[in-house]
Amino acid sequence: MTAAAAISLTVNGERVEAHVLPRLNLADFLREHLKLTGTHVGCEHGVCGACTVRVGGEIVRSCLMLAVQADGAVVETIEGLSDSGEIADLQAAFRDRNALQCGFCTPGMLMAAQDLLRENRTPAREEIREHLSGNYCRCTGYHAIIDAVETTARARMELKA
Amino acid sequence: MSSIRVNPDGLSVLDRPNSYIGKTVPRPNLDRLLQGRGLYVSDIELPRMAHVVFLRSPHAHAKIVSVDAVTAKEMPGVIAVVTGKELGAVITPWVGVLSHLKGLKSAPQSAIAVDRVCWQGEAVAAIVATSRAAAEDAAEHVAVAYQELEAVTDMRTALDPATPVIHASLGDNLAFERVHDAGAVDQAFAVSDAVVEADFIFGRHTGVTLEPRAVVADWNAAEARLTIYQGTQAPHMVQNIAALHLGLREAQVRVVCKDVGGSFGIKVHIYADEMATYALSKLLRRPIKFVADRVESFNTDIHARDHRCKGKIGVKRDGTITAFEIDDLTGIGPYSMYPRTSAIEANQVVNLVGGPYTSKNYRARARVVFQNKNVMCQYRAVGHPIACSVTEGLVDLAARKIGMDPLEIRRRNLIADDAYPCASPSGLRFEQLSHHASLDKIVAMMGYDALRAEQATLRKEGIHRGIGIASFIEVTNPSAAFYGVGGAKISSQDGVAVRLDAQGSVICQTSITEQGQGSESLTAQIVGSVLGVSMDRVRVILGDTDVTPYGGGTWASRGAGIGGEAALQATKILRKNILDVAAVILQSTPAELDIVNNAIVNVSDGASRIELNELARIVYFRPDTLPPGIQPELMATKHFVPREYPFAFTNGVQAAWVEVDTETGFVKLLRHWVVEDCGTIINPQLVDEQIRGGVVQGLGAALFEKCIYDERGQLTNANMADYLVPMSGEMPDIDIGHVVSPTRESELGAKGAGEAGTAGAAAAVTNAVNDALSPFGTIITEIPLTPQVILTALGKI
Ligand code: FES
Ligand code: FES
Repeated sequence: MTAAAAISLTVNGERVEAHVLPRLNLADFLREHLKLTGTHVGCEHGVCGACTVRVGGEIVRSCLMLAVQADGAVVETIEGLSDSGEIADLQAAFRDRNALQCGFCTPGMLMAAQDLLRENRTPAREEIREHLSGNYCRCTGYHAIIDAVETTARARMELKA
Repeated sequence: MSSIRVNPDGLSVLDRPNSYIGKTVPRPNLDRLLQGRGLYVSDIELPRMAHVVFLRSPHAHAKIVSVDAVTAKEMPGVIAVVTGKELGAVITPWVGVLSHLKGLKSAPQSAIAVDRVCWQGEAVAAIVATSRAAAEDAAEHVAVAYQELEAVTDMRTALDPATPVIHASLGDNLAFERVHDAGAVDQAFAVSDAVVEADFIFGRHTGVTLEPRAVVADWNAAEARLTIYQGTQAPHMVQNIAALHLGLREAQVRVVCKDVGGSFGIKVHIYADEMATYALSKLLRRPIKFVADRVESFNTDIHARDHRCKGKIGVKRDGTITAFEIDDLTGIGPYSMYPRTSAIEANQVVNLVGGPYTSKNYRARARVVFQNKNVMCQYRAVGHPIACSVTEGLVDLAARKIGMDPLEIRRRNLIADDAYPCASPSGLRFEQLSHHASLDKIVAMMGYDALRAEQATLRKEGIHRGIGIASFIEVTNPSAAFYGVGGAKISSQDGVAVRLDAQGSVICQTSITEQGQGSESLTAQIVGSVLGVSMDRVRVILGDTDVTPYGGGTWASRGAGIGGEAALQATKILRKNILDVAAVILQSTPAELDIVNNAIVNVSDGASRIELNELARIVYFRPDTLPPGIQPELMATKHFVPREYPFAFTNGVQAAWVEVDTETGFVKLLRHWVVEDCGTIINPQLVDEQIRGGVVQGLGAALFEKCIYDERGQLTNANMADYLVPMSGEMPDIDIGHVVSPTRESELGAKGAGEAGTAGAAAAVTNAVNDALSPFGTIITEIPLTPQVILTALGKI
């Protein structure tokens, strides 16, 4: 077995030093080493989007990235985005619209939605549907999620205006 | 305060001031899930916990010649490698039959295969290690020698004499057969102006819960107690079964169900690998965690709907449907699932075909056969999508044959809204349905005539759009008739305990469970409304057999109808008890008092008399100030099960508006409508989202989802990239309307809404696709409607 490698990164604003096996993926590192269980694992092969996190400001599937590749990176998970208040309005819109049932897809869905809203302030419904097309939700049928993202986009525009 | 009531308890809770019933309020505690601070089984870690990985058979059918684990046991971190025979020391096998499904047979199944594997994916050894990765590494070094046996894969030949019998002791591969004959079917066909037949084919698919199945089993040898953390829909059922097969008393088993990442019926069963995990914990005297990976999920989560059904309908020129006949065949894998059995789906198909219509002539046969594929069992809307697709497909075919509009034939044959109570030809009793009101409503919602006009215009431009309609009935709130009478220890009743705490908040324990439907919310809404307290004062506790009353859990759309009524009745008692003690404290009478907004008020003028927290303080800390002989009971428990009807029925209608690309074979879903009658609506938003989620699962079956097996019984698309499910980009907006016919079986009147969406979605889409393709003179009766199926039907490939 290959020896553990030392990594140093920032996770949700905190410095993290760790020794990890080269094969350990970022999702498992976050969940098992740092106990950040808000990042979920639905497929472990890059399809479902449940493990979506932000690395260096871009969303990635943490099951497809190795922990060693995150050496030196700035990683943000749902716990970080929640505590910073960055997505408080989006979370409130999800709550009010019941845009989650079991909630297993929700952290990844919020990550992907916030990514869209940062890029495109006034996405059309179709664009929201497109952007979230890499995130499985087996419970909601998506309609409520699209509504919640649309509502948030509108509210943010009004706030700016 | 407005209403003056002499006897507030005599009034329905629906009429109380500040009632939450019928209101959209956000579910309590969603922030936990929104912030990633839930606790799913896959998140749970316990001291001394080890991880199990199962080595699974690569063959659909084979003898296990030997299992060599010597090397694996030497690998780093490995704690044990356990075979089926070794595990047999702590757990007994089971047979998935129910006595009321006459003739249903199955063979004994073990937690881990002993001597023989019967499907690709059956576990042959358990590897327990300090981490999952270590167990996976070691699994690669367990050498199993197999002797391959002929696999039975095609359900159509499973009963042929030339086909090997999977379980010799059973004599043949027939698990169950049911025939039903009502009215005078042959005579009815003879006097029909047209008789139409079709073969309906349904793809085998599965639930794909986003969180795979997961268990942490913790046997504490010192306490002689097993705690099972599992995302189950039926904790008391798991408790019963685990105790039974591990030789424990139920009191020695606690089942805890925290957050669950999707269930849909996938998590209402007990799987062999879950049983093995309980047993391993007992054997190894430490907590053991099992989390299925995605490949395992596809190979072992129950599949459903693998049916081929021949259907026949007779119709007169005036549109009168004279008779339905079906011959259904389904392959369920090598074992009937435990403990709910795998005969239920076929049985439901027989029960439900023709259900919305007045025709009294109905003949049906259903055969359930064994095969060497993964097990099939109950998944959301059990049997309904098949029965609905067959019925509604036949009705459309009949309409087309006599040149009648699909709406018109339904109007002429749906049971009249004032004809209830009545019974179906299969013997189902309907209390009150609303097919015609529902149909009228959906026609208005969708703008039927305008769509027809648009369709005609576009057709001239070579754009092929279609409208599909599907009326349906849906079984909810099952009584003991479902499982209990057949000998299964699956409770049909549910219980709720409510108590006032020392600060005037309410603690409510219920035996129904939460997997995202909103069980917690609907319970809090009912308790808050009946008692007169705000929802933020109600804390609901679910999913713990040590804590909640005994009950069935959440499945078969029963949470609101059964668990909700128990909550209502328990809270009525608590309310009475509170008013009794309030009357003593205030030197008044209970009839003169009410509870509104967390306080006792006068009925007469609404004036606040005493806050609930003050009342609780007196009761709990200064009982010495109460008159002698007064012992308040600020806790109440009630159980409920419907007794008059063995099942409640809901009804509804779905409509699909689709466009078919006749060059590529792709179907675009443009819009989907549902009108549903689930009785009393407790929270409109929760009901609508249950329906939308259910519809999309039905749309997945209609267009994408299929477990593809080769002829050797190998599942060829056991991953999320190859097994397609609906994604947001492909799904339409879904409009929902309601008709409300409450059941009189309960004061609440709720019938349940969890499965209606799934019941009719595929039928509506298939009818719409056929409508779109009508200029091509082709009829498709197979789902999923993949481009290949469509292009084949069009003769393009
Ligand atoms: S777990 Fe990473 S995409 Fe599914
Ligand atoms: S809410 Fe369950 S998967 Fe999206």
